[in-house]
Amino acid sequence: MDLTIGSKYHEFRKNIQTFIRENLTEDIQEAGRLATSVFAEPKRAMAWQKILHKKGWAAPHWPEPFGGTGWDIVERSIFSQECLTANAPPLIPMSLLMCGPCIIGYGTEEQKAEYLPKILSGEDFWCQGYSEPGAGSDLASLQTFAESDGDDYIVNGTKIWTTYAQYANKMFCLVRTSREGKAQAGITFLLLDMDTPGITVEPIIGLDQVHEQNTVFFDNVRVPKANRIGKENDGWSVAKYLLMFERGGQEYAPALHFQLAGVRSIAEQIDAAGSSVWENPFFKRKYCELEIEISALEFTENRIKSALTNGQNPGPEASMTKIRGTEITQAITELALEAVGEFALPLQVEAIEPGSTRVSVVPEYAQTVMPKYLNARATSIYGGSNEVQRGIIAKMVLGL
Amino acid sequence: MDFSLSEEQRMLKDSAARFVKKECQFERRREQMRSPLGYCDKQWTQMVELGWLCIPFSEKYDGLGGSLEDIMVLLEELGKGLMVEPWLSTVILGGRLVEMLGTEQQKREVIPAVCGGQMKLALAYSEVGIRQQLAAIAMEAKPRDGGFVLNGEKVLVLSAQTADQLLVVARTRGNAGDEHGLTVFLVDPNTSGVTLSGYATVDGYRAANIIFDNVQVSGSSVVGGGEAGLGNALESLQVVMNEATLAVGAEAVGLMDLLYQATLEYTKTRKQFGVPIGKFQVLQHRLVDVFMQCEQSRSVLLMAVLHYVENPKESNKSVSGLKVQIGKSGRQVGQEAIQLHGGMGMTDELSVGYYFKRLTCIDALFGNVDFHLARYAELV
Repeated sequence: MDLTIGSKYHEFRKNIQTFIRENLTEDIQEAGRLATSVFAEPKRAMAWQKILHKKGWAAPHWPEPFGGTGWDIVERSIFSQECLTANAPPLIPMSLLMCGPCIIGYGTEEQKAEYLPKILSGEDFWCQGYSEPGAGSDLASLQTFAESDGDDYIVNGTKIWTTYAQYANKMFCLVRTSREGKAQAGITFLLLDMDTPGITVEPIIGLDQVHEQNTVFFDNVRVPKANRIGKENDGWSVAKYLLMFERGGQEYAPALHFQLAGVRSIAEQIDAAGSSVWENPFFKRKYCELEIEISALEFTENRIKSALTNGQNPGPEASMTKIRGTEITQAITELALEAVGEFALPLQVEAIEPGSTRVSVVPEYAQTVMPKYLNARATSIYGGSNEVQRGIIAKMVLGL
Repeated sequence: MDFSLSEEQRMLKDSAARFVKKECQFERRREQMRSPLGYCDKQWTQMVELGWLCIPFSEKYDGLGGSLEDIMVLLEELGKGLMVEPWLSTVILGGRLVEMLGTEQQKREVIPAVCGGQMKLALAYSEVGIRQQLAAIAMEAKPRDGGFVLNGEKVLVLSAQTADQLLVVARTRGNAGDEHGLTVFLVDPNTSGVTLSGYATVDGYRAANIIFDNVQVSGSSVVGGGEAGLGNALESLQVVMNEATLAVGAEAVGLMDLLYQATLEYTKTRKQFGVPIGKFQVLQHRLVDVFMQCEQSRSVLLMAVLHYVENPKESNKSVSGLKVQIGKSGRQVGQEAIQLHGGMGMTDELSVGYYFKRLTCIDALFGNVDFHLARYAELV
């Protein structure tokens, strides 16, 4: 066993830090600092992506021939950590983390050449069309239908929870091309242009009064068959490939440590009576318990990285990081609510928009606490609800 | 970062697992716990022969020069065999304390004898009302006739009945609460004035309360000797407590793993309402939570052991984190194991109950969840 991180990584970390210091502008950083969900303000997030792309760092986890950095798993982790602690806005995940890998894995050479460079450069902005009003946790029951018509499909149906569809010019989606056999067997993976006639986007306003989500309606939308990724009726394999690609790749612990430290600095604010929430033993107990839980997750993720580095399968450990990561995220946002007390109350939607000149009625440290709490309720629902995740572990790991 | 076991560690793990499978069947174990000795002497001899008592000691004293990582590997397996042999008292609480604190001569007298199985030790440190706060130890050792005279009572001295030597923590200076003034004495339990009242513990171990009534000991019994050893034991005691916590932490991880596996198997075979109860989603999700508790505990164990190996003096926070984690996880895993085994889980017939009780007792040893959360909170 060896916990030490080799000295070659120190140099690497320094280089990353220098680059971020020299290139992350205050304006972009503000979007990172004020982000209340995993989706940062798109204009500034895309500006940051452009800067990283120029350096060749927009998609470190992609295979090198397609624009990846060739970094090993430790280097990728260091890069994410440094971006995080510098308050860089997280890059919008739909293109780089979701659509890109699917095209790399299942796309034709033409498709790779056409789409991947524009994903990296940010020229294309992708949204994800998976969930439907009747297909949430049971995704395979989706009903949006693509009917064959010569060289095209005619798509009819509804997608929901489509994050940032209002900014996207492209969508990757799962559609039904057959009603025969198992539900999973009749699904196809399609790419489409958002300006195709027949597509309507309607906003869904969230608990936090923010417009992140949308409903997307398809009314006889004509999509060329050339836009299909993989074979017809084989879209479920493409979707599963994406899950495999993500497996073990996502780390929660560094962000959670960072967030908890943020809560601590709020709690340490001295109040009028000359004391602080930090001195409240009930608060501190919760803080300590959360820190220990994050350490447990951190070392679980280290074990996964160690297994991957040694060429082993990450094993069952990877399946639980989503559950633990999101449960702890929610607990941290709750603890922050306790730390700010009544400052959680004012509705401050405009004041926390990056670049806003609106004066906040609460201290800066309290501005994003309530929106983060509200938004974080989604973390245990999206990406396969935590109940679905437990079902997966019960089946795949426990053999029940 | 690399969490894989070395070749030697893999061999140690395999041999411990084989030992447990071959020698520690539950029914036999239960008999041994109830025997007058309280454990199996044959197994103890085997443990000596396998070299398991030598692991953490310096090669200079016939040890193997192993680390806490090796102890972790060993204890995780031995816990699954419901070990009640006096390994923890002899090797960690006793042997390691002498190795840290003793004079050269004491080390040469004690540690090779520990390694060879000729000397079993017990650490008498706790007193009524101490609650693991070592500085609160009050028992007095007053100078007399070139030696010391001990007066007071020690409680919960693990494996005391079978110990050849007792390590007794007493105060040669200051008052209860002072960090300075604690001294460790090597005391023969047959010394006049030493009275042991032995009993069994809920998890099958033996322990004793010991009354010291004007017990005269020589100056050479001071661990660390003369002036050097007097009053300076607290720091070494704390290190030994950390090592013991890491050891029982590893044991707890082994126990939890075993309880999880046993419970999972049971839910696959036990039928009610015409189906294996593992088909019910409410139980599936709870078993997934049990599985996750096991994995999180293993992760914190690795963290604490690696931090300890890196820097023993700066490891209090990680060790406390471990004790909190295994205390909380142990409760959940143990209670769910009993619950899902239903009525049978409540009986003395199944091993499950014994593992559950050992986990419960481990939380109470060396500071429970609340104690370690409070210590952790002082260090954040």
